[in-house]
Amino acid sequence: MKIVTGLTNTAQPEKNLRKVFNTEDLNLWYGSKHALKGINLPIYEKEVTAMIGPSGCGKSTFLKTLNRMVELVPNVETTGMIHYRNQNILDKSFKVEELRTKVGMVFQKPNPFPKSIYDNVAYGPRIHGIKSKKILDEIVEKSLRGGAIWDEVKDRLKDSAYGLSGGQQQRLCIARALAIEPDVILMDEPTSALDPKSTLKVEELIQELKTDYSIVIVTHNMQQAARISDRTAFMLNGELVEFTDTNRLFSNPEDKRTEDYITGRFG
Amino acid sequence: MKYLNHSKVIQRMQRRILINNLFKSLFFMATTFGIIVLAILLVQVFTEGIDYINFDFLSNRLSTVPERAGIMGAILGTLWLMAVVIPVTMILGVGTAIYNELYAKKGKLQSVIQTNIANLAGVPSIVYGILGMTIFVRSLQLGSVVLAGGLTMSLLVLPIVIVSSQEAIRAVPGFLSEGSYGLGATKWQTIKNIVLPASLPGILTGTILALSRAIGETAPLVVLGIPALLLPFPGGLLDRFTVLPMQIYYWTLDASLVREYANLASATIIVLLLMLFLLNSVAIIIRNKFQQRY
Repeated sequence: MKIVTGLTNTAQPEKNLRKVFNTEDLNLWYGSKHALKGINLPIYEKEVTAMIGPSGCGKSTFLKTLNRMVELVPNVETTGMIHYRNQNILDKSFKVEELRTKVGMVFQKPNPFPKSIYDNVAYGPRIHGIKSKKILDEIVEKSLRGGAIWDEVKDRLKDSAYGLSGGQQQRLCIARALAIEPDVILMDEPTSALDPKSTLKVEELIQELKTDYSIVIVTHNMQQAARISDRTAFMLNGELVEFTDTNRLFSNPEDKRTEDYITGRFG
Repeated sequence: MKYLNHSKVIQRMQRRILINNLFKSLFFMATTFGIIVLAILLVQVFTEGIDYINFDFLSNRLSTVPERAGIMGAILGTLWLMAVVIPVTMILGVGTAIYNELYAKKGKLQSVIQTNIANLAGVPSIVYGILGMTIFVRSLQLGSVVLAGGLTMSLLVLPIVIVSSQEAIRAVPGFLSEGSYGLGATKWQTIKNIVLPASLPGILTGTILALSRAIGETAPLVVLGIPALLLPFPGGLLDRFTVLPMQIYYWTLDASLVREYANLASATIIVLLLMLFLLNSVAIIIRNKFQQRY
């Protein structure tokens, strides 16, 4: 049974891989709403892990617990453990600022700051204390190259980031995340606000970034998950239904609910 | 079958267009009313006062003799008052707004405080005068000095600054702060680098309104015992002082005794308006400079 075409990624056997994240019995409540139910999910190093599932299944919530951005919402309660490189990041003593320096994030809607292109990319390094113009220049160029947008903006670094197109803005936001030299990059539906051409560019970029970074991407688009990810997690109603390598999940799902979802019977 | 009878529609068209134009003229008249009254006031003030404005009038000390009377003391007093009101309201007002919007836990207590701040903006200014009299002039024994007047005036305009600053801060889109937090910025770094620059135009608009009110307010100063007839110039925070609106008030009161006092009052009004105009222009320039779009 071939459901989604274009499967090219074949994930490595798990035992050969190092885990960047490992969640153990992760539960999360928004007030009285139980949004994540006992999630056990490892994220492997230098892979693209895709999170799929219908709206409200908890995939974005899960992503935001990985850098604790979920705490910006009032009345959030979590139990269980999230290990990031063997430290429990849900521990009260763990500094979120430190975590977010290691775990960068790209949002659904491109959200550059109302500053110049240069200042957007230099924002992260600056708040972490880098003042030298020379070093900042180097970081900005390296990050913009990493974000595959350097050639388009190198002559107008001092211009406002708002002059860029939506797709360029999103790649700028990726460059901005690269500038803090993270270990992991979280992407929350990064192409849902972009046109097909820009989407393709971002997808190609994600493939390139995989060699240096571990990437977790939430997507509404199953084709996208199939195209770019090594491993896919399918979530439903706050539960992790199935997590396996992308090829297998899309060609031979174990769970009936996964099959129903990827064949388009609901969602 | 058709629901819309086109011949009827055409019949009624005339009437609809008439009503349309009627409302347009109504709103236009509402606008002109305000402008005409203001124009009459300005014309009257200028015809009465403009001839009295000269270098002597601006630089002289006060005198009961109209020809020698000057308002230097009142100008300095107003400037000194502003020198207290601007920093105090900016620091306390914006600080309170930041705390309420970005730090305070949303709950019952917070919403009670919120409602009360909004209500305070409507308390009559003379009540603030009594408050200032009790706290600054009597309890702290400052006397009727610049500091007491400035702090009283700051209390009076603080609610305006707080409410408008909060609105400005609330208008900064959440995705901007999220972008900053996502890069590992602390709350203060996010406020300083993202939230405040984005809300500055709104904060300044509120502050301009507040200062315009403070510069023209008289009632609380009457309660504080600020004199209109004062010979020495104020030179510091603990000096006695008077302000331009106070001067206008007394000269207008005594205009029945000395005819020329009315002209002096008008001349002073012109000076006050000019100061207000200058102050607003500076604030608007600063605001436009920081205006950002997202």
